[in-house]
Amino acid sequence: MTLLRLLFIAGLVLVAGRALALIETYEFSTPELEARYQQLSEELRCPKCQNQNIADSNAPIAQDLRRLLHQQLELGASDEEILNYMVARYGEFVRYRPRFGGATVALWLAPVLLLLAGIAVLLLTLRSRSKTAVSGTATLSAQEQARLRSLLEKAEQDS
Amino acid sequence: MGPRLKLFLPLLLFALLAITLFRGLGLDPGAMPSALLDRPLPAFSLPGLGRTDLLSEADVVGQAALLNVWATWCVSCRVEHPYLKQLAEQGVPIFGINYKDDDGAAQRWLDELGNPYRFNIADREGTLGLDLGVYGAPETYLLDTNGVVRYRHAGVVDEKVWQTILEPLYRELHKGSNAP
Amino acid sequence: MIPELGHFALIIALCLALLLALVPAWGTWRGNSVAMALAPSLAIGLLVFVGISFSCLSAAFLQDDFSVKLVASHSNSLLPPIYKFSAVWGNHEGSLMLWVLILSLWTAAVALFSSQLPLLVLSRVLSVMGAIGVGFLSFTLFTSNPFARLLPGAPADGSDLNPLLQDPGLIIHPPLLYMGYVGFSVAFSFAIAALLGGRLDASWARWSRPWTNIAWAFLTLGIMLGSWWAYYELGWGGWWFWDPVENASFMPWLAGTALIHSLAATEKRGLFKSWTVLLAIFAFSLSLLGTFLVRSGVLTSVHAFATDPSRGMFILVFLAVVVGGSLTLYAFRAPAVSSRVSFAWVSRESLLLCNNVVFLVATLTVLFGTLFPLIVDALGLGKVSVGPPYFNAVFVPLMALLVPFMSLGPVSRWKRDAVSRWGRELAIPAAVAVLCGVTLPLLHAPYNVWVALAVLLSSWLVLGLARDFWQRLRSGSDPVQGLSRLTPGYCGMLIAHLGFAACVTGIVATSQYAVEHDLKMSPGESRVLAGYEFRFVELAQVRGPNFVADEARFEVTRDGVFVAALHPQKRRYLASGSVMTEAAIDAGLFRDLFVAMGEPVGSSGAWAIRLHYKPLVRWMWLGAILMAVGAFTAVLDKRYRRQREVVHSSHEAALRGA
Repeated sequence: MTLLRLLFIAGLVLVAGRALALIETYEFSTPELEARYQQLSEELRCPKCQNQNIADSNAPIAQDLRRLLHQQLELGASDEEILNYMVARYGEFVRYRPRFGGATVALWLAPVLLLLAGIAVLLLTLRSRSKTAVSGTATLSAQEQARLRSLLEKAEQDS
Repeated sequence: MGPRLKLFLPLLLFALLAITLFRGLGLDPGAMPSALLDRPLPAFSLPGLGRTDLLSEADVVGQAALLNVWATWCVSCRVEHPYLKQLAEQGVPIFGINYKDDDGAAQRWLDELGNPYRFNIADREGTLGLDLGVYGAPETYLLDTNGVVRYRHAGVVDEKVWQTILEPLYRELHKGSNAP
Repeated sequence: MIPELGHFALIIALCLALLLALVPAWGTWRGNSVAMALAPSLAIGLLVFVGISFSCLSAAFLQDDFSVKLVASHSNSLLPPIYKFSAVWGNHEGSLMLWVLILSLWTAAVALFSSQLPLLVLSRVLSVMGAIGVGFLSFTLFTSNPFARLLPGAPADGSDLNPLLQDPGLIIHPPLLYMGYVGFSVAFSFAIAALLGGRLDASWARWSRPWTNIAWAFLTLGIMLGSWWAYYELGWGGWWFWDPVENASFMPWLAGTALIHSLAATEKRGLFKSWTVLLAIFAFSLSLLGTFLVRSGVLTSVHAFATDPSRGMFILVFLAVVVGGSLTLYAFRAPAVSSRVSFAWVSRESLLLCNNVVFLVATLTVLFGTLFPLIVDALGLGKVSVGPPYFNAVFVPLMALLVPFMSLGPVSRWKRDAVSRWGRELAIPAAVAVLCGVTLPLLHAPYNVWVALAVLLSSWLVLGLARDFWQRLRSGSDPVQGLSRLTPGYCGMLIAHLGFAACVTGIVATSQYAVEHDLKMSPGESRVLAGYEFRFVELAQVRGPNFVADEARFEVTRDGVFVAALHPQKRRYLASGSVMTEAAIDAGLFRDLFVAMGEPVGSSGAWAIRLHYKPLVRWMWLGAILMAVGAFTAVLDKRYRRQREVVHSSHEAALRGA
């Protein structure tokens, strides 16, 4: 078997790992712990895989981290403590929900700032457009009004 | 000129984007620097391979050294092994972490292929690996004389990797240890 | 022989594209109508030769020609024929061929269906499309040649198509997606043609609107299929992961939605002309950016093709030329002073402006989030990850902001309207909607506030539309006149907005109410999930065309009544040895039941089983289909066809010497 094929199969296994979705059966002492487990395992990134969380990944390291997560939850650690524990070992890379601090402040503020900027542009545009609208109204004679009405009705029919 | 200038804004933003993307082409998005950079080796108490006593981080501290994470189930580790032996012969201190492996298989492996390690830590459960932030094998950590992690290379250490990345750093740390 | 023929045809296609890019453009510059008139013929010639090339590549796959490197790497003799064909685009080089084929299709379509366009405009548009073709054809020929041979030493058999791709989804998802992506190049070309011509009037909006709607519809379908495919194929029940490649397709969709609404304002009222041009450039730039992100390796993704920084460099240069060039043209040629067209604070125009703002903010947010890890790394600030928790947190509120305005939009009047009129029109629908929002979620325990809110907003949208529809129908002096007021344009808008409401409801309901459990089950055991009983009847061995599998046979009952028989499989593909899980789904309009197999547990025949209950999940995809149907319906409007009649009648008048 050529090296190319070997590499390709390796690549296949890596990708197919996603479809393997190793399903482990951890027992939890309370349903809240299970819910937190599900949520946290979706928030933690598998350090080795091509953009997967540890819940969906089949990689050995993901299995280890899931086991660790289960252990920590049963020991009573809070979400914050667990995340800090993981970050201390694998870096911020392992969090899919970036923390609010340092460089990621820009990330969390960006949508808010963009929305505010958008609203500002919206208001400014509406203001400048409506000014001309106000000054444009002249009075029409009854005949002109009737003609205008029939024209408008015809236009609405066409649209 | 004012309103015309505003129309250049999209072009400007795109230029910034293009520069970022250009920089991005030279980066490796999969590369992960160790979270333990410039931090000391985590404390541990684990058995050694082929020894009865327990090893701790104190046994590793004292000189600039390589800490190599390997296992018999790791194909690339076998590829890397001859070069590690070469480095050991040159006098580079190499310590091993036998990661999530079977002691018997590991010992046979070393007997068959040779042993470049001063000693091996038997991390059967992978707890030290987790504390170090290991996510696969092989990985090699560069430690300074105080046992502080200075660099982590994920992947095979071959001649190119040694000469371009690890050796310069190692020499610097080694020199530092000889200074009075 | 055939691959060489295909290669040669591709080279000819590149030459034709080059001619198409240059000759008619020169003709418009010099006023040479012969050169301009060449454009349609060159476009059709381009399609013919790209078609030949694509057919040759397909033939190589279908005939198991393993001397072609691409076929050896991505196909296998045991593969069913339909997957041999779809394997053509299940890889980087082949998907580029598909890109080029679809680009040529759109170019030829524009050439054939634009009899109402002045020759000057048509040649400009086709030239721009030809130039884009030159870029992609060169990229294919110089860096990603699909016809490369493995001679000597052709393998006896191929490495097999990735089992994940051996699915009907692969057959239609990429073509539909590309029809959309690439289709935005038409709007882009019209925009560039308008800028080049220096005449930025409302007519360019009228010409490009049907093309843009069709492209948007295809993109909607493509994204929807991708989501559905991931859901049933990947075995974990997820349907959107905010993966960079998924975002790469979603961003053009968001910008495209802003574009189709902006085009409405430009066509009807001559408003926002230069803004709409910028949006058209933006939407297509996002398509090109998506192509870059997927193939350059700058972002990690499960969907990315085999990455290569040198290919990335080529696309980046192409991107810089096309986007940089068009934005420079925009900066110099777009009118610096906006039109004097005005409208009141309360009017349909202002609502469309709101739509644009929200969609643009959404697009930029997704763009920033997707590129953020790259930006942080490029600045040397370390490695961060931005994933679903972030995107869901910022995107959902934005969309929630949008839905109330959607209820007002169809009811509103152009230029000047009154809030009191809106109140009159929509008060009753609003009251009923509040009732629905409060009571409908009671049907499903536990009560969920977010679902209530989503139902409220969607109901208001649907009821408002229904009321407007009813009013229109009754408005004429007789029923026929009423029906005539229901133009395809109006019906299309109605259907598309209904689709959006369905989509939103589905997404919120499934996210909030879905129940998922991973359990250890042995044959004979039974578990209950969300009121349904899942009984593991037996484990069987089955054999497929190119795989063997363990099949777990489940029987699902509810209150003793039989609901469904589900047979998930754990397959091992023979050619590659890779193992894959095939989930079993009982699809329903109001809920999906999902069973997938994990690994065997212990030695007693027990397996780890994943059970899902997903309410209203199909509404999401059905809603997307409705949106696409709506867009296609709107294109049938006779005002796009009337133009031709007007042109014909004026031609006739001219001929008669009137």
